[in-house]
Amino acid sequence: MDAPFIEFRDVKKAFGERSIYDGLSLSVRRGETLTIVGGSGSGKSVLLKMLIGLLKPDSGAILFDGVDVARASEEELLPVRRRISMLFQGGALFDSMSVSGNIAYPLRVQGLLGEDAIAARVGEVLSEVGLSGSEALSPDELSGGMKKRVALARAIASKPEVVLYDEPTTGLDPITTRRIVELISAIHERAKTTAIVVTHDLASAFFVSSRVAMLSERRTSMVLPVEEFRRSSDPAIREFISAMPMAEVAP
Amino acid sequence: METTYGSIRGASGKIAYVFEYAGGVFELMGRALKLVVRGKMAGAMERKAIIEQIESIAIRSLSIVVLTAIFSSMVMTVQFAVQLARFGAKEYVGNVVSLSLVRELGPVLTALMVGGRVGAGISAELGSMNVTEQIDALRSMGADPIQKLVVPRILATTLMLPLLTTLANALGVAGAMLTARLDSGVHLSYFYHSILQAVTVQDFVGGLIKTLLFGFVLSAIACYQGLITRGGTQGVGRSTTQTVVITSVVTLISDFVFTKVLLEFGM
Repeated sequence: MDAPFIEFRDVKKAFGERSIYDGLSLSVRRGETLTIVGGSGSGKSVLLKMLIGLLKPDSGAILFDGVDVARASEEELLPVRRRISMLFQGGALFDSMSVSGNIAYPLRVQGLLGEDAIAARVGEVLSEVGLSGSEALSPDELSGGMKKRVALARAIASKPEVVLYDEPTTGLDPITTRRIVELISAIHERAKTTAIVVTHDLASAFFVSSRVAMLSERRTSMVLPVEEFRRSSDPAIREFISAMPMAEVAP
Repeated sequence: METTYGSIRGASGKIAYVFEYAGGVFELMGRALKLVVRGKMAGAMERKAIIEQIESIAIRSLSIVVLTAIFSSMVMTVQFAVQLARFGAKEYVGNVVSLSLVRELGPVLTALMVGGRVGAGISAELGSMNVTEQIDALRSMGADPIQKLVVPRILATTLMLPLLTTLANALGVAGAMLTARLDSGVHLSYFYHSILQAVTVQDFVGGLIKTLLFGFVLSAIACYQGLITRGGTQGVGRSTTQTVVITSVVTLISDFVFTKVLLEFGM
């Protein structure tokens, strides 16, 4: 059996007195879309930030393609960060730049493409997220859904091997939520990238995922394929599913 | 007993915070200097960012610096002229005002104004970027926020402060000259010659060296404050206010230290 592409091994993390993870272990396979669900404040975003070294665990190992991210210096993290992109919860678009400036930024940082190639790539990803022609707009001219789509375009612009999604549908209306979820699904279908999605939105989780992991008791209690997760009799999973409106979890 | 223990613990906590804060600012200064020395600021993206910051800082502070310099030198001229007239030395007002302006008031007032205006702007900008995860986004792309955000602001402020001070000195002296003529009847050419007599190149250069140091320290504090901002929009507001207070206090304290050191070197 292949070694996991991404692996969290017995990770512990606390902020002051507050323990977030106490022995988290989780594996992600190359090419799959794994969704991590859990209630608010269960540390889902912390997990993603630890994977790209924005936060360090107190103990344990986080392996990305064999590299222990938890022990890597900022310089050693550079090649890792160039292979992983993240879509932040609020979009985290740079206010001082236009839409095209935002999308071009990671490409300019990488320094592999000339300005013409960068402009072409910006146009390509904007058309992929359905926002062609909005290059010159500034982030404050965009609606919530448009911001998420620009952030998504920025996340995939550098053709990363892994995309991390932090609550990609939070704060969006149901129609925009569906569009974003379909977009994420289509992008991964086409590019065959690995994705980790953290969300408390089960409907989106079921739509985009290969497997679903449930966070509880400061560790992942269970990782199951979508259908098994849906039918699981595990009390924590049942409680989480039953708390969701029926329409949202219906197949 | 418990109250005494509590207040001692509170005081020691505050002292520890001051040391931690100062350590953080010095570390940031060190990292910024290292990036400049290693030539990491010569790339196209970095050059563009520095030029943008120079434009923004110069434009943001020009009006307030000019107004402060002109009016404070005019007030000083009126006050000194009245006091010197009591000893029959009204004509020496040019010596006193120009020397105080070039050696002290020009650099310090400009630093206070820029520290307040530009420093608060830098803290608010970096603080907002921090609380909206823009700095995390930058790091996640493999970019160094110190290189991309901090160093351009430090370089721009450090380079612009001496230029703004020179302008403040020139306009301040012009304002003083005009006030002395209109308010106290001191002839313009007399005033002009008394400046040449009183102010040496060392006085001018000493003042400018101080502004270089002020610019470096103030912008580093403002950037550091922005980078440690937490707590949403409320946190950004708190950070901005703190920057104004800290940069003002640091300007006044460091002015004393820099003045003593420069005097040792004959400036």
